[in-house]
Amino acid sequence: MDGPWGDLFLFAEDEQRLVGLLTRLCADAKARAAFLVDRNGRLLAEAGESAGLDTTSLASLVAGSIAATGGLARLVGERAFSGLFHEGERSHLYVTVLGDGLILVVSFDRNSSAGLVRFRVRRASEEIGQAFAEVTGRVAGAQSELAQITDEDIENLPSS
Amino acid sequence: MSFINYATREINCKLVYYGPGLGGKTTNLQQIYAHIDPKAKGKLISLATKAERTLFFDFLPLDLGTVRGFKTRFHLYTVPGQVFYDASRKLILKGADGVVFVADSQIERMEANLESLENLEGNLAEQGQSLDTMPHVMQYNKRDLPNIVPVPELQAALNKRNAPWSEACATQNAGVFETLKTAAKLVLLDLKKKTGG
Repeated sequence: MDGPWGDLFLFAEDEQRLVGLLTRLCADAKARAAFLVDRNGRLLAEAGESAGLDTTSLASLVAGSIAATGGLARLVGERAFSGLFHEGERSHLYVTVLGDGLILVVSFDRNSSAGLVRFRVRRASEEIGQAFAEVTGRVAGAQSELAQITDEDIENLPSS
Repeated sequence: MSFINYATREINCKLVYYGPGLGGKTTNLQQIYAHIDPKAKGKLISLATKAERTLFFDFLPLDLGTVRGFKTRFHLYTVPGQVFYDASRKLILKGADGVVFVADSQIERMEANLESLENLEGNLAEQGQSLDTMPHVMQYNKRDLPNIVPVPELQAALNKRNAPWSEACATQNAGVFETLKTAAKLVLLDLKKKTGG
């Protein structure tokens, strides 16, 4: 979650909890995969069948799409559009914003339906949002570990 | 803002290439994509118009090595340089950990450079940020062209905060990696500073 400097720290136990919630959502919604992405396009957690999928690109493009949609919403006098469906021939995406800064993406196919996915996402949203909010408290530990990085460590980074 | 994932031991940072239209921002990313170790890069995504002008952004994820067991992953973005795409630029600038300002060295593009720099400062200010604190690097691109402004003049006009700078000819991959490396280090040093190191 946002630390005092606006940075985001995610620990192993938090990730496991989020993955657990996403796994349950996939099962309940009969979805192929689910992803949590921050507004800056970074993948926070994923569950389901994402092998072979370029999840880094997916996260970036979803965040761009949500940002552009938010701009559109404000143009027509809405605070936000809460959900986005992308309908393909075989694969579909449901994208929704969970509170400030967190985006939930569900990938599904003909084994499920838009209605079921939307229903299950609505049910799961609160718990996922709450789990994410609870990530906040552990910034102090992260601080000390990162502080051990020396200028020399950074200087020695390979350029290519 | 940086994203530090302890589960995967990754530090994720966002670096935004900013500057006037046709200045070489996309070319920088294309050269990095073409010349970096394939294992260290993801896909280069370009959301461009049919005329290959950047419409929304270009995106390139890179791994730049490991520090103290943390993989350093950089997400490189370019903004569309054309003046009328300011809404897109604002969106992409959000959450940036560092900025590379790609200036066009040609005499006739100085006004566009200044306008773009002012636009950057204005958009940062809207987000409560400033170049005074945002890690940034100046790149003076197109140094191979004949009608260019001398570097001291570019420095005086564009680099009032005395940020690190480099000359480049992005189409020939000259100065591209130097710029990237300098910017990445500034971002990581800033993160270290913010976390009390």
